[in-house]
Amino acid sequence: MTKIGLEIHCQLTKLESKLFCSCKANYREFEPNHNICPVCMGLPGSLPRLNQKAVESATSIAMALSCETPEKIAFFRKNYFYPDLPKNFQITQLNVYGDMSIGGEGYVDVEGAKIKIRRIQLEEDPGRLIYEGESERTKITLVDYNRAGTPLVEIVTDPDFENPRQVRVFLNILSDLLENLGVAEPGLEGAMRADGNVSIEGGNKVEIKNIGSFHDLEKALHFEITRQQSLSERDIAISQETRHWDDRRKITVSSRSKEEDQDYRYFLENDIPWVKISQETRDSLKKDLPESISSKKERFVEKFDIAPQVADILASDKYYSDLFENAHSDSDAKDIANLITTDLMGFVDTKEKREESKLTSQHLSDLVAAINDKTLTRTSSKTALQEIVKSGKSVKELLSEMDLGQVSDSSEIEGIIMQVFEEEKQAVLDAKENPETVNYLVGKVMQKTKGKADPTKTLELIKSKLG
Amino acid sequence: MNLKTSILDYINDVKSGSFTVEEFISATIQRIKDVDGDVHAYLSLNESAIEDARIIDKKISAGEKVGACYGFPISIKDNICITGSKTTCASKILENFVAPYTATVVDKLQSEDAVITGKTNLDEFAMGLTTEFSAYGPTKNPWNLKYVPGGSSGGSAASVAADECLASLGSDTGGSVRNPASFCSVVGLKPTYGLISRYGLISYANSIEQIGPVTKTVKDCGFLLNIIAGQDSNDDTTIDNANSDYLSDIEQGIDGKKIGIIKEMTSDGLSPEVSAATKDAIQDFEKLGANCEEVSLPTIPYTVAAYYTITSTEAGSNLARYDNIRYGYDLDSEGYEYNSYISKSRAKFGPEVTRRIILGGFVPSAGHAGKYFLKALKVKSKLISEVNSAFEKYDFLISPTAPVQPFQFGEKIDDPVTLMLLDYNTVTANLTGKPAISVPYRVTDGLPIGMQIIGNSKNEKSLLQAAYALESKTELPEVPL
Repeated sequence: MTKIGLEIHCQLTKLESKLFCSCKANYREFEPNHNICPVCMGLPGSLPRLNQKAVESATSIAMALSCETPEKIAFFRKNYFYPDLPKNFQITQLNVYGDMSIGGEGYVDVEGAKIKIRRIQLEEDPGRLIYEGESERTKITLVDYNRAGTPLVEIVTDPDFENPRQVRVFLNILSDLLENLGVAEPGLEGAMRADGNVSIEGGNKVEIKNIGSFHDLEKALHFEITRQQSLSERDIAISQETRHWDDRRKITVSSRSKEEDQDYRYFLENDIPWVKISQETRDSLKKDLPESISSKKERFVEKFDIAPQVADILASDKYYSDLFENAHSDSDAKDIANLITTDLMGFVDTKEKREESKLTSQHLSDLVAAINDKTLTRTSSKTALQEIVKSGKSVKELLSEMDLGQVSDSSEIEGIIMQVFEEEKQAVLDAKENPETVNYLVGKVMQKTKGKADPTKTLELIKSKLG
Repeated sequence: MNLKTSILDYINDVKSGSFTVEEFISATIQRIKDVDGDVHAYLSLNESAIEDARIIDKKISAGEKVGACYGFPISIKDNICITGSKTTCASKILENFVAPYTATVVDKLQSEDAVITGKTNLDEFAMGLTTEFSAYGPTKNPWNLKYVPGGSSGGSAASVAADECLASLGSDTGGSVRNPASFCSVVGLKPTYGLISRYGLISYANSIEQIGPVTKTVKDCGFLLNIIAGQDSNDDTTIDNANSDYLSDIEQGIDGKKIGIIKEMTSDGLSPEVSAATKDAIQDFEKLGANCEEVSLPTIPYTVAAYYTITSTEAGSNLARYDNIRYGYDLDSEGYEYNSYISKSRAKFGPEVTRRIILGGFVPSAGHAGKYFLKALKVKSKLISEVNSAFEKYDFLISPTAPVQPFQFGEKIDDPVTLMLLDYNTVTANLTGKPAISVPYRVTDGLPIGMQIIGNSKNEKSLLQAAYALESKTELPEVPL
């Protein structure tokens, strides 16, 4: 049986400052080495000052993943030399001497399977290495310390996954959950990273590192399973090792470097006293947890009779669910939900588009109201949405400006039907023979009115004309 | 104008107009010029000291508000950072390091109008007991230039003893303030862990070290503590001292107090001179009305081993950042691969630092931690509970600060283990976080002997009362320099 485990790192980008200093947690907007200070540069004489908010955010994550959260946490030093590490040790957590990290023993339901969360810890992100230069001879490594000290949460699962697909589903659930908590933006480049480990029946555990994206992780896992299976078929032992994902060749490569068997000489970081997280703090954090995605979904289905697939999309995407929650009233919830999942999604499917979008929840309420009182057709509403996203104009403005008002005047529609009948003689004959083809004619009328004709009325009129 | 004055007397004299701050600072600088060629207490001088003095004089003559220090001259150990000036840790690897920030303690002193005279010598990265491990040459003992001044804050203690300033700030990881204070016949305090901010102190073993004042009198120590102690938002390990006034009631005396004489620190290993002085000191305490009796702390024989295990582990980690990449000294990285560059650049560490980094790589490592590092932590917690129970019975614990008097240069430098045993009486206060003070007690054959009083956590106020009481029983000669 294949066993896969994950180690996920997620930056707490929604925090104001880094884990141990007041530099920005959101380092991405800075020129290289412009979001740094003596503390995150590890200058001699500087001392870390723990960002209590980071402890709270990380505890919320642990709670949302059903983890146990201890009353006291401690930080440890992980000692190793690396150019992106200003102090040549990383401040992180460890559970070897008892449960001292943010949380542990949690789980996530993945399509009925229970994926156990072994431990969650809070640590500092190192800086970033940037490689430049064309040839081996001119190659240089640049270091940008803007990222150094960014609060990072490490989530380690048990090897409970049976296949890469399950991993993908889990990662989607996890990133939706982190986004829903309002502590992280998993969509940001490098904000959420995952390493995996794979073992098959009778073989040792192999860790895979250096994986750039979730997409690559899935590929790497597939490759690794196949590699291990083919070794096993030929009775070659699978040794315990760390392999690197070679993004160019799309294979995993054994990393022979000594850095992998390093002794990190973990010991307590005494510059940060033990942090007490009182029962009151934990109770209030628990109370303030946002509604979980699954309970949101359930509520949408039960309260508003929204289809489960639609509710699923709404609930798992914080952007959509926030829009929905702010736009809907009890009576139009279903219509708003459908408008979001059928028409809006294409216009705001990326972070950039969402940031540029001028759409507000008020627009959605107004649009659905216009559709329901028949001043706007469903078809025109899509055009209107596109324009709103672009310009932010009010629905009222658009209705007068863009000629989107619905045509429901019978004589006007009849005139257009006559035109269509002239142009589509064969289709008229077909429709008389076979009433199921009548939709083609309705479509033509809609085309001519740019979607403004009331579809129900049009169908009625065509049917009566066909006799 | 007498440079041998105390801080408190100096302040009175300046206030009453006996002399100006500038006059005193100029005389101090002249004194440094006269004697520091021999003593070598300083690694660098504050070029703007006279200017700083003039600014304070102006405030005084204009009747403006003047800080509590009234411009008294103070030196700072060169492992404590001051913006814009070099902080070398007496190491070649920080030869050119200029900190972009000022340590909280120095900040507090400056905002109370103290004048910094300069940065004082130490054993490289504060690792040593003689200042012989300074990369810039040793400091000499002002009592006899052939003798070591103690360490690692040897420059601090010598600068005060030689009247090259009125006080100094040192740092004490295992005795580094108290040992040189004892060897140079000045007062040295290692406060409760967390009482004084370490922000700006370059770490050696951060879990146990503290900045501590070095002064001529116990009262001066209380005065300085009033200025530099207290919680600091830049150091999460600092504790609230409720704005204690360490100077008021300092003359209260110790009548009826209970004193435990630590058996393990007063029996074997003391030189006859130190042993005799200790017996007399105990009698003095009795005369002052205290009840003295012997107390045994059986874990003490293991403390030096535990101390070196813990401090080496932390040093190995704290000194890992010196890879000469972001700051350091001139060494072109061209042509080196990362690992070869850092091993080349780290070869600049001196022998004692290198020894401890190597030890610090070994004792906490995966195969050996159980035998060394974790065992040392067990010794530490056992010691803490022993000392805590002793404080249920006693107000103070006493011992001589060092088991021997100052010795000559080169006498022990090749024998690291003997050197380490010099810490035998001082490391306990660091491992337990308790405050401890060294009080000058006697000068025998021209060489000083200091007595150590250990107090309970955050009890600096009563500790200074005991120290003051003992000090009032002594009459010491002037330094022959």
